Amino acid sequence: MSTLLQIDDLHVSYGAIRALRGISFKVDKGAVVTLIGANGAGKSTLLRTISGLLRPKQGQILYWADGNGGSEQPCRLSDLQAHDVVRKGVAQVPEGRIIFANLSVKENLQMGAFTRNDKAGIAQDMDYVMSLFPRLAERIKQNAGTLSGGEQQMLAIGRALMSRPRLLLLDEPSLGLSPVLVQTVFATIRQINGNGTTILLVEQNAHMALTTAQTGFVLETGTIALSGPCSELLHSDDVRRTYLGEN
Amino acid sequence: MSQFVQQLVNGLSLGAIYALIALGYTMVYGILRLINFAHGDVYMVGAFVGYYLGRILNAGAASSSPSVLNFFLVLGGSMGACALLGWVLERSAYRPLRKAPRLNALITAIGISLLLENLGQLIFGADPKDFPTLVERTSLSVGIVTFSNIQLIVIVTAIVLMLGLQYIVHRTKMGTAMRAVSFSHDASGLMGINIHRVISFTFVLGSALAAAAGILVGLYNPKIDPLMGIMPGLKAFVAAVLGGIGNIPGAIVGGLIMGVAETLTIGYLSSTYRDAITFVILVAVLLFRPTGLFGTTARAKV
Ligand SMILES: Nc1ncnc2c1ncn2[C@@H]1O[C@H](COP(=O)(O)OP(=O)(O)O)[C@@H](O)[C@H]1O
Ligand SMILES: [Mg+2]
Repeated sequence: MSTLLQIDDLHVSYGAIRALRGISFKVDKGAVVTLIGANGAGKSTLLRTISGLLRPKQGQILYWADGNGGSEQPCRLSDLQAHDVVRKGVAQVPEGRIIFANLSVKENLQMGAFTRNDKAGIAQDMDYVMSLFPRLAERIKQNAGTLSGGEQQMLAIGRALMSRPRLLLLDEPSLGLSPVLVQTVFATIRQINGNGTTILLVEQNAHMALTTAQTGFVLETGTIALSGPCSELLHSDDVRRTYLGEN
Repeated sequence: MSQFVQQLVNGLSLGAIYALIALGYTMVYGILRLINFAHGDVYMVGAFVGYYLGRILNAGAASSSPSVLNFFLVLGGSMGACALLGWVLERSAYRPLRKAPRLNALITAIGISLLLENLGQLIFGADPKDFPTLVERTSLSVGIVTFSNIQLIVIVTAIVLMLGLQYIVHRTKMGTAMRAVSFSHDASGLMGINIHRVISFTFVLGSALAAAAGILVGLYNPKIDPLMGIMPGLKAFVAAVLGGIGNIPGAIVGGLIMGVAETLTIGYLSSTYRDAITFVILVAVLLFRPTGLFGTTARAKV
């Protein structure tokens, strides 16, 4: 497997608060990788840094647009601003969705395709998003602020897909959704991955995350406490006690 | 009755000018949560650019009479010059403060305002100047109302510019990006929107509209001086607050209300109170409807 993303010894701080304290890991092309951890562990900070919204204090983020980990010259995402990271093929569904409540559903999707100029391709992807989420098609002209929580999450995912990302970062997509909707969202994530998009999934719903991804990392106060294949993490005593609520 | 309608027409002409200025305040606030106190001074610069352009054009055509073509040239030239000024101000003064506390940018805006006023006095001279006659004033009357062709030009120009703005904000990719950035900088960045470019564009648009207001006021009320931006700037700011700051239609309605309130005050009370009415309205809005007529309290829960 070739590497798509490689994070080396990443340190990120908010003033005196050290949110990430030396994180290193790799994401293989085509994989679903999950990052679980308690509130405040630094999960969102990590995704925000990958997306260029935060600058690391130390360490680097390398990205091989074509997933040739090592053989080809990588791009240092940690040197880019947020809008340029998107152009490289990395999209994010942020925590709390942050859909543009003052724009229509359609305009939200258009903004997702902001970096693109290929009208035909954009229309095609718009159809693809509608096929994933038929609810959005019904509400295409509606103001996005009027959508329900679940619909907003679908819009947030659809919006991120509109840039045709190679790597999709998802920050707690199941947050605040009903169990049925959680199933829908995870089924969609699998489908997106099946279509060739690599996924880095941040979750507090450890069970769903570990049964969806192949590789998992457990983040604790800014460091990686555990990592391995999800099948192993699901059976680790630590994970079961702390994140799966079992005894 | 006829006097009332007359004052209404006068008020709408004046209000159209306030509305054009108020749009710049409200757009910049919407996108940066910054009250750009230098905005009224950009309007002043717009009037002076028009003053010089108009004199050059009128001198060039020494014998010929003023023409509507000259008006368009002056309007376009001044809007272009102020668009550039707005871009430079944002780039040099506000962008470096993007991550600084908001108060820093506010104080900088006041500083820029004083700078423009003092540079204006230095370069243009402190004494009032007569704006060149671009269009000969004539009277028109419809039924009981008499108005000048200048008022007609002011109102029509303002409407065309507002429709143009509406088109940009709601029908173009850049305009949609402006609305997106006004909702969330982070989410916009995650869409691949270069927020700095969108913010620059907002300053360019707002400054061009302020310049247009400067030209229209030059036609309407042809005495200009380097401090002329202070009062209309303040009134336009109140207009933006009245409409709900950050809200584009609100700024237009707010501007028109301010203009009409001012002419009615002049007509029925005394011109002594023409400026006082601004503060009466400001206090009333802050007391009874702090979010303005069209404002919403429901900010994005993010
Ligand atoms: N904007 C911020 N300013 C200061 N501290 C922050 C900010 N955002 C997050 N933090 C702190 O950084 C740490 C990691 O936060 P975060 O990455 O949001 O965690 P998670 O997403 O895992 O819940 C927490 O201690 C949090 O309080
Ligand atoms: Mg988080």
